[in-house]
Amino acid sequence: MTHIDEAPQSTEPEKAVAPNQGRAKKLPTRDRATVITMVAIPLVLVLLLVWLPAMLSVVLSFGKWNGFGDLGTIEWVGVQNYKDIFTIYPAFWPAVKHNLIWLTFLFLLPTILGMLLAVVLDREMKGSRLYQTAFYMPVVLSLALIGFIWQLFYSRDQGLINQVFNSEVDWYGDPDINLWAVLVATAWRHTGYIMLIYLAGLKGVDASLREAAAVDGASEVKTFFHVIFPVMRPINMVVIVIVVIESLRAFDLVWVINKGRNGLEVIGALVAQNVIGEATRYGFGSALAVIMMLISSIFITIYLRTVFREERNR
Amino acid sequence: MSGIDSVLVATVPPLGDKQAPPKRKEGGVLSKRRGALVTVIIALLALAWLFPLLWALINSFREYEYTQANGYLSFGGWTTSNYEQAWTQGNFGLHMKNSLLITVPAVVLTLWLSSMVAFVLARFSYRFNLALLGVFLAANLLPPQALLIPVFRMFREIPLPYFMSDSGSMLNSFWALILVNTAFQMGFCTFVLSNYMKTLPYEIYESAELDGASVWRQYWQLTMPLVRPALAALATLQVTWVYNEFFWATVLIQQGDKLPVTSALNNLRGQFFTDTNLVAAGSIIVALPVLVVFFALQKQFVSGLTLGSTKG
Repeated sequence: MTHIDEAPQSTEPEKAVAPNQGRAKKLPTRDRATVITMVAIPLVLVLLLVWLPAMLSVVLSFGKWNGFGDLGTIEWVGVQNYKDIFTIYPAFWPAVKHNLIWLTFLFLLPTILGMLLAVVLDREMKGSRLYQTAFYMPVVLSLALIGFIWQLFYSRDQGLINQVFNSEVDWYGDPDINLWAVLVATAWRHTGYIMLIYLAGLKGVDASLREAAAVDGASEVKTFFHVIFPVMRPINMVVIVIVVIESLRAFDLVWVINKGRNGLEVIGALVAQNVIGEATRYGFGSALAVIMMLISSIFITIYLRTVFREERNR
Repeated sequence: MSGIDSVLVATVPPLGDKQAPPKRKEGGVLSKRRGALVTVIIALLALAWLFPLLWALINSFREYEYTQANGYLSFGGWTTSNYEQAWTQGNFGLHMKNSLLITVPAVVLTLWLSSMVAFVLARFSYRFNLALLGVFLAANLLPPQALLIPVFRMFREIPLPYFMSDSGSMLNSFWALILVNTAFQMGFCTFVLSNYMKTLPYEIYESAELDGASVWRQYWQLTMPLVRPALAALATLQVTWVYNEFFWATVLIQQGDKLPVTSALNNLRGQFFTDTNLVAAGSIIVALPVLVVFFALQKQFVSGLTLGSTKG
């Protein structure tokens, strides 16, 4: 191991665009083995535990299987599972509706509030740090725990809300309102999270731009829409993807409350119900999983394209 | 709640070359009157945001009998017995230990594996680099429910010797959770670390090569010490995420005594249902580790989330 790579390469100025281009070809065997191992171990892990199961979910979605027998006991039924989901599975359409409500709500309230908070707290303001801390503290808590904490407000007999208003509403139990109760609890965490993302992004806004706008006599609102908002465009993209995927994945809160039934059906919980519930219907559950996967893959693609554009721009 | 947080900034423009950004002028000062109004609104909102935790904290120290008799809007009945009761009834000692045994190995493994991939991505320009990053990043975003059935079934089939897990299979073992969490979290860490590594001057590798350092030494002895700040920030984040992870623990662990804290909550709910003050004490116990991490390492936490998002 005396001389590894080579100086000659640096004498070719044409390659300066990507300085490390092509180096690898000249790696000695031992180093090449090192590089392969360094990539292979993590890659095998992610392929085995994420990508292989993802593909198997697709395969299983075309069969009927209770999961107890071996693979031979799978009865292949084509798209029957999907047909059943769309036509006779009573929980599916409510779940879709709830996921959509979840999405809309997250966008309209916590996301916009988080953005506004970021814009305001990004300014010079007394105690800005302190306020920021207050808003993003819930971000470190798990949603399962948040469901627990909000029980203190929502409990029918002992909850704060009913005590203050002298009411007898079962906030987590009443199927007409429990979704909204859950959404408020989610918003508590989500707002600070969005705020944090925008705060980070706003650091990239050139202060002089804003000053120039102020000198020109642009109002606060105008400055926001014409100076700040455009700079935040790549962040907006990320936020959209986050909100969509987070709404799609909604699970923890509803599972802690009632395992996703009785007004709290969401797609993520339906999948789990079909695997660890009373009835194990692997094919059916897989079909639900594939539906989730298809929706998310659209947004994953958007996300990766944004990332890779950034990568290429570097 | 494991992965989605990680989507975070992964796309926002990565760290520039300057490591320590010059102090930026904040975004201007508001006019006085309007400024005062905004401050009041923000302050009220901030109080509202703190309230749920404060409320839990206060009521965790109150006697159930007292609040039953006088309502929650009363004042008094202070006690610490809720904590003793919640701790023993919820078996928190055991669950905390489980969480520790899952979180620490998972975080170490995630950081180690992703730093290796990140190093290769940053150090070499292979044609497959972007695809490789895509494989890890997309995995990070897939809904875990979509993989549940095959993973669940695979783990049931994989036998483990009894010294590794008394369940005799991957199901109901910590190994399952450690590996699944690692597989999911690698994407985000790889992305952040490789961006961070790319900001290191390339010359250090050139001189390392002249000195005859192998690729492994360039990774372990040269790069790793230099990316320590990023590793620290990521470790902080990952500890909270893995500790908070709920879905996989809920479905892959069916033996109650093996559940980590976050998923054990689900069982506790039934036991505590009738006593809100116990719920409060239990919540505070579960929140405490992450809150301590948050307050002690707040800077790490925030910089981890925003790593790669400031242009420097």
